[in-house]
Order: sequence, then structure tokens, then C-alpha cells
Amino acid sequence: MTNVSWVPVAVVASSLLPGLVIFALPEHRRSLRTALNLAGAAAKLVFVLVMLWNVGRFQDYEARLALLPGLDLVLRADEWSLLFLTLSALLWVVTTVYAVGYLEDSPHRSRFFGFFSLCVSATAGIALAGNLFTLFVFYEILTLVTYPLVIHRGTPAALAAGRSYLMYTLPSGALLLLAVVGAQVLTGPQDFTGGGYLKPFADGRAGMLVLLFAALIIGFGVKAALVPLHGWLPRAMVAPAPVSALLHAVAVVKAGAFAILRVVYEVFGIEFAATLGVLTPLAAAAALTIVYGSWRALAQDELKKRLAYSTVSQVSYIVLGAAVLGPVSTTGAVVHLVHQGLMKITLFFSAGNYAETLGVHHVSEMDGIGRRMPLTTAAFTVGALGMIGVPPVAGFVSKLYLGAGAAQAGQWWVIGVLALSSLLNALYFLPILHRAWFRPARGPWPEEHGRGLDARPMLLVPVLLTALFSLGVGVFAAMPWSPLDWARLIVRREYVGG
Amino acid sequence: MSGGAWLIAVAAVPLAAAVAALLAGRRGAAAAGLLGSLLGTVAVLGLAAAVLDGGVQEVLMGGWAAPLGIALRADGLATAMLLMTAIVGSGIALYAWRYFGAAHATGAHESPAPPHDVRAGRPETTTDRPDWLFWPVWLLAWGALNALYLSGDLFNLYVTLELLGLAAVALVALAGAGAAAAALRYLLLALLGSMLYILGVELLYAAYQTLDLQQLRARVQPSLSAGLAAALMTTGLLVKTAVFPLHFWLPPAHGAAPAPVSAALSALVVKAGFYLLARLWLDLFGALPWQAGPVLLGVLGCGAVLWGGVQALRQQRLKPMIAYSTVAQLGYLLIALPLAGQGAGGAAAGALTAAVLLAASHAAAKASMFLCAGSLLAAYGHDRIAALAGFGARLPLTATAFALAALSLVGLPPTGGFVGKYLLVEAAVRAGAWGTVAVVLAGSLLSAMFLFHALSRAFVEGGEPPPGGAVPRAPTAPQLVSLALALLAVGLALVGGPLAALLATGVAP
Repeated sequence: MTNVSWVPVAVVASSLLPGLVIFALPEHRRSLRTALNLAGAAAKLVFVLVMLWNVGRFQDYEARLALLPGLDLVLRADEWSLLFLTLSALLWVVTTVYAVGYLEDSPHRSRFFGFFSLCVSATAGIALAGNLFTLFVFYEILTLVTYPLVIHRGTPAALAAGRSYLMYTLPSGALLLLAVVGAQVLTGPQDFTGGGYLKPFADGRAGMLVLLFAALIIGFGVKAALVPLHGWLPRAMVAPAPVSALLHAVAVVKAGAFAILRVVYEVFGIEFAATLGVLTPLAAAAALTIVYGSWRALAQDELKKRLAYSTVSQVSYIVLGAAVLGPVSTTGAVVHLVHQGLMKITLFFSAGNYAETLGVHHVSEMDGIGRRMPLTTAAFTVGALGMIGVPPVAGFVSKLYLGAGAAQAGQWWVIGVLALSSLLNALYFLPILHRAWFRPARGPWPEEHGRGLDARPMLLVPVLLTALFSLGVGVFAAMPWSPLDWARLIVRREYVGG
Repeated sequence: MSGGAWLIAVAAVPLAAAVAALLAGRRGAAAAGLLGSLLGTVAVLGLAAAVLDGGVQEVLMGGWAAPLGIALRADGLATAMLLMTAIVGSGIALYAWRYFGAAHATGAHESPAPPHDVRAGRPETTTDRPDWLFWPVWLLAWGALNALYLSGDLFNLYVTLELLGLAAVALVALAGAGAAAAALRYLLLALLGSMLYILGVELLYAAYQTLDLQQLRARVQPSLSAGLAAALMTTGLLVKTAVFPLHFWLPPAHGAAPAPVSAALSALVVKAGFYLLARLWLDLFGALPWQAGPVLLGVLGCGAVLWGGVQALRQQRLKPMIAYSTVAQLGYLLIALPLAGQGAGGAAAGALTAAVLLAASHAAAKASMFLCAGSLLAAYGHDRIAALAGFGARLPLTATAFALAALSLVGLPPTGGFVGKYLLVEAAVRAGAWGTVAVVLAGSLLSAMFLFHALSRAFVEGGEPPPGGAVPRAPTAPQLVSLALALLAVGLALVGGPLAALLATGVAP
């Protein structure tokens, strides 16, 4: 097999270069900006598809740059990176279209789309990172390029949200730096490896390795919004809806969860982590997050805040699946990485459509909205039912595997957590659906902009697409090339002889 | 040209250009300065090529060997410092050319700065400003820096240090009457520092009858006079380098000067003191069993990082904030010294690389940031951080430069400051210096707090334009220079490997 090194670089560059050009564009060059964005997104998708088709069969993809002796930046396509990359590349296209429609006449669009593209580049870097150092570098860059998006509106509330974001992410970045340096000092240069690479260094250092694990999980857990490190996420809701979608589904929260998966499976190795005894605390933290997030979501009247707490809860399904030893559980964790992204982005797009079209921001204002905006509400319903775990939407598949994995591992309490969380999910989503479909409208909408039956096409098409994806990956989960199929590929990589 | 010829050129070109600029007077000074910058940079590049190619370069002036004659010597460390000075200095010169030039051209229409901001800004009278004197004085300072890096004996180091100090005071005084107090204080402290240093030199000379660093290194023994000499010289240098707690002269001096001067002082001039401290403790006294010296420097460095950071956080105005950030950043360089001196093979070399990379990144980023402050001052007429609303939309180039420079100063990827900080933390972890690790990380969080606070102003919607109609504008060309310097700080992320190889040249065994 030949190694092709330019493709991984091109994947990162395909959003980086358009982003840099976009910064320099004047505000009114709307069509050029959109064309650049879409060209970059399309190019990235093509590169990713080419890699998906070829990798491991005809070609390998690895690019390596030595920053210092023994310290390499590595971009490499493996099963993990391709899964995350496909998700982010696909959702980037959709989110770009949505953002172009959403921000139609607002100021500072060049700045917005510039940072938006940088954000996706950083995510691609995280997906392709071939070692801990590279992962850390792109993870930090992601923090930096997301900050301008969070404070995009420049209002005091936005600035406060940005400050809160940095107050969580920068200290965690410092902790991560220490952990990454510690790992480097301990093991020398190491790339991510199926089954982990730390086991041979364990002699007499178990305590230190537990500390290392804790530092890495805390560091990455901030973006994954593990309780009690989640505080920034609901506050970041002041940002425009496309940014929320990006934070919750495509990039930031996902990057944290993905990094945790890398640490558990490819640095420590799940079996070695189990012998260290660090999985149980991790599972406990994830379970706490799941229940706490759902509990807090119940009380939120602001739709985006309710969705934000729902994200806090849902992302930890991934962490919980990773913390339970066993191939079925791993499958559930990996597949939920994709499924949660598809469903959550659908929900956030819908929330954005309500706000843009009718000025509806609160759950209490949603009575009868299903008749006013049936397509958006249908999409919202798909996402909400998926989150609860109703078949055949994607979330059902995730929960099925997570539950079966817990049963296989004999960890029955996990099933209890899943059941409790599903109940809470139903409690905070079903009333919304009830209001939307079955209650009459309570009078004029707060701020009606829309002329037609539903949102503008630029806003409507993306949300319908993601809702279809959410259904599709559930219905066709057993087909080859589905996320579930790919997750099984990853499981084979992580479990010896599995 | 041979390495020796390059050596002489490096020392001579800036001094010759200084004389030329002085003779050329008001009209021709800038041209002489720019030409001098270009030629000087070429000379340094030539020398660097020779060092990379053929190892340490040395010239005996007039053929007299030490201790009689004057030797010019360039090893890896000196070459790295020369390169940093030449490249960043050229950027500053380019900025100064447009900055002072524009001030002359548009001076009559410029809105005067509010009275309470005079100390922060350029002087309000433009007709008889001695701006052009910047050129000869800066070239003199550059020449002194080059000669200092090339000097191989303690007395020449003293002479060049003194020359550098006087030139730096003159640069501060260029700001006019408002800066007189700061300049005077700077002068007195610089003299005090030199005095302490020369006392130490005399003690060493009395004991060992030589001032040549190589010879001294071979002869010096642990003794009372050597110890006293080390203490005196170090204290003198601490004053000159503005190391905490002797840093108090720096923020007013750097904050009061015109932007290019602040940039030159903060980015380049203070590094000379660090270089000398490194020479003393890694080279001259490096073989002695005096670990306490570097460790004490490291402790002071930790203090500087924390104190400078806290003080910067408390500043309401941009330039003093940037100046306090310099106090903190010098702390990182000192922190690296004990780690580099412990002689633990890879870790020590890593710490030295870290220090030089941090010094170079700081030079580029800090120069860029002071130049940005100059552009902001020109556009807003003040530098109160709270009132710089919307500078992202108004000065996009400056905002970009400021952001990139800030990333490097905080030590975030993808910048040279990040790689330097990574190396420093790695060296500290290898040495088991957990306190140092904690200080470095805390220091970067402090920097992040004040720099992101300033940066967030760029995103606030711009306030009302100032009363009086025409909005003052900052010219574009200088902003491009500050952007180029910030990009240099980013690009330094890639030079870690070559820099480590360069620094390995001429390391004392």
C-alpha cells in the first residue's frame, strides 16, 4: 500500500484556506463568500470520501512534520478519524447553508464565516490527529477559534459567555499541556495505537498513570461538558443558532467526547484502563452527568437552554459507553457520537427556525407551532423522539447497544441510568411536542418574519436533511457503510481478536 | 566573505549607519536607517550561515590575542540573539519610517491627545520634534546590542552594556518633556546597574588577571571574591533586565515612549541583560558548584511571572499593560536558567532552546503588540482599554496582529511562544520542578486573562465617533509591519529544530 501524505493536509486546508480568504472579503461580497464556503465544504467532503473508500485497502494516509526532535505533528486517517471526519464534513456543508440563510443581513459576516471555517479546520485536525500532542494542539486551536463565534454579537451577555468559555477551557488547556508533556516524558514519542500504548510503561507507575488519566479526562471533559465542568455550555447559548449547532453537534462538544474516546481506547487501551480501575469513576461521572443534565433540562423554559442541558446529558452517553468494558458497549459509544450529532443539530436548527421565523424562544410560546411551521416541527419531532430513544430513529440504536453492552458487562446499574434518563428525556421533550401539535396557538407570534408556511428554504432544507439523516442511520443501521457498521470496524481495532 | 568578515560587518554596519544617519540630518536619517537595517540584517544572515556551516566564528581585532586584544566571537547562542535583533529590529525600523514620516506629513491636522494621555502618546507639538534622532540613536543601540552579543570578554561587555543603556535612555527621552521623569529614572538605574556590574568585573580581574570569558572560565575557582563578584554582577544585571523585584522602572519607561521605541526597548534591549545572565551562569560560573545562583534567578523569575501578570491585569491602559507583560515574560527566561544549568543532558539543552525560543517569540510578539498599540493610539487618540470598542472592525489588520501576538505571549498554539512554553514545561517536568511547572501554567493563564480582555474589545460594537467630525485614521503600512511581526511569532513555531541545532554550536563541554 502506498502512503499518500497530502490528502490529510488537504482535508484541513480545504476549510482553512477559504476561511483565510473570507476574512479579507468585504461584507457585501456575499455570493463570493458563499461560493468559497461551499467549495471548501465540497472539497473536504470529496477528500473524505476518497479516504473512506481507499483507506486500508489501496492507500494509507499519513502526514508528519517534526516540530522538534521527538515531537511530531501527525495527521493520519484511521477508522476513528474517518468516522468523526465524515460526520463533521457532512454537517459542515449543511450548517454552512443554514448559516448563510440565518445571518442574511447581520453585520460582520466575513468575520463570522472566517472563524466558522477555522473552527471546522481545527475539528478536522482533531479528527486526524495521530498522536496526543497533535490532538492537544488542534484542541487548543479549536478553543481559540470558537471564542470569537461565542462573542460574535458583541453584547455584554455574549462577552460574559465568552469569558465563561475561556474560564473553563484555558485552565483545562493548561492541565492538558501538563498531561501531554507528562505522557511524552514517560513514554517518548508515541502514536495512537489500537489497544493503547501505555501498558508497557506501567511497572510501578500505576498511581502516576491514574493521575495522567484523570488530568486527560478533566482536560477533555470540559469540552465534553462533563458535570461539573459543563457550566460554559448553557451560557454559550447567547451565540447565534448556527454557532450552537456547531458547538453541540459538529465541533466543540464532539471534539471533547472524541478526545476522551481516543484517550480511553488508543492511549490507555480499554482493557488496561479497566485494570487500572479508572473506568468505574469515569462511568460514575458520566452517569451523574446524564441524570443531572436531564434533570436541569426539565426546568428550562428557554428552548435553546433546554437543548443545551440535553446535550450535556446526551454527550455523556458516549463517555458512559466508553467507560464500560466490552465490545457491544464500545459500539454504542462510537455510534452515538454520530447519532447524537445528527439529532442534536436537527433540534438546534429547528430552534433557530422558530426564533428566526416567529421570534419564538421559549417553550411556553410554542403552543400550536406545529400548524404554523409543520415541516420544521416534524423535523423537531424526529430529533426529539430520537433523543428519547424511540425506534426507528438513530437514538434507539445507540441506547440499544449501550444497554446491551452494560448487560454483557454485568453492570446492571447502567441500564437503570439509561432508563431513568430516557424517562427524563421523555418528560422534557414530550410536553414540547404536545404543545406544538395538539394545543391551539395562543394568539399572535412574538415577532413574525416569515411570509410562507414555514421557514425560509435556506433554513428549512438543512433541517429536513438532518432529520432524514437521523431517521436513515437508524432505519438502515444494519447496512454496510452505516455508522453502526463503521463502529464495528473500530471495535475490531480495539479488542484483540474481537 | 569569510566568517570573520561577517563578524566585523555585524558589529560595524549599525554603528556606521548611526553615524551616517546623524550626518544625514532630518531629511536623510530615515533612509540611512533603513539602508543600515537592510545591510545589518544581511550581515547577520551571512554570519549565521557561517556559524551553521563552520561552527563558532572568532576574530581577534588587530591580531592581538586575549587578554591583550579584543576578540569578537559568535557561538550558537550569540548568533540566535543577533538574528532575533536584526529581524525584529528591521521590522521596527520599517514601522518607524512610516510612523514618524506620517507624523511629519499629517502633523498639522492631527488631533492632539487629551492632556492626561500625553505620557502615553506621542508629543503633541509636531513642528520641532526631534523625531529623526530616533534613527541614529536606535542604530547606536542596535550596534551596541550586536557588539555585546559578540563580545568575548567581561570588559567589552561592560562597555557595550553601558553604551546600550545610554542609547536606550536617549530613546525614552525622545518622547519629549512628558517622558523626562521616566527617562531620568531609567538613566539612574542603568548607571547603578552598570556600576555594580563593573565592580564585580574588577574583583574578578584582581583575582584572575584576565577578563576573557574563556580564560576566566578555566581559571575561576570557588572563592569569596569570585562569589562577591558573581553577586555584584548579577545584581547589576537584574536591575538592567528589570527582573522582579527590580523591575519598577520598566513599565513607566516603556509605556511613555513612542511606539517604535517601546517596541525596541521591550522586545530587544532587555534581552541583553538576560543574555549576559545566561552567559555568566551557564558559561562562566557554569562549572562551579554554585547551584544556588541559577536557582535564585529561577525563583525571581517565578516572582516576575506572577507579579508582572497580576500588575498587567490591573492596568487600565494598553501600553502599561503590555509593559507589565514584558516583566512577566522576562520571568520565563529566568525560570529556564536553573533548568538549563543542571547539566542533565537532553533536559538542559531543551531548557536553553526553550529560553531562546521564548525570547525570540517574545521579541516578535511584543514588538508587534507595541506597534499595534501605536496604531490604536493614532486611531483612537488614547489607549484606555475599556474605550477601544470595535477596533476589530476599525483596524482589522491591527486586530489580527494583536490577536496573533497575544496567542504567542500566552503560549497558545500555533505560535513560537507555544512551542517554547511546551519545551519549558517539559524541561521542568523532567527535572521534577513541579513548582516551576505550576508557575509557568499560572503565568500563562494570567496573560490570557489580561490579553483576552483587551482583545474582546475588538468584538464590541464600535462606539460613537469622537466629537469633532473627522475620525483619525491609522495609516495602513505600519499596520502591515505589525502584522508581519506577529506572523513571525507564529512562524517561530517551526524553527525549534534548527534552533536547537544552532544552540548546540559552541556549547562549553
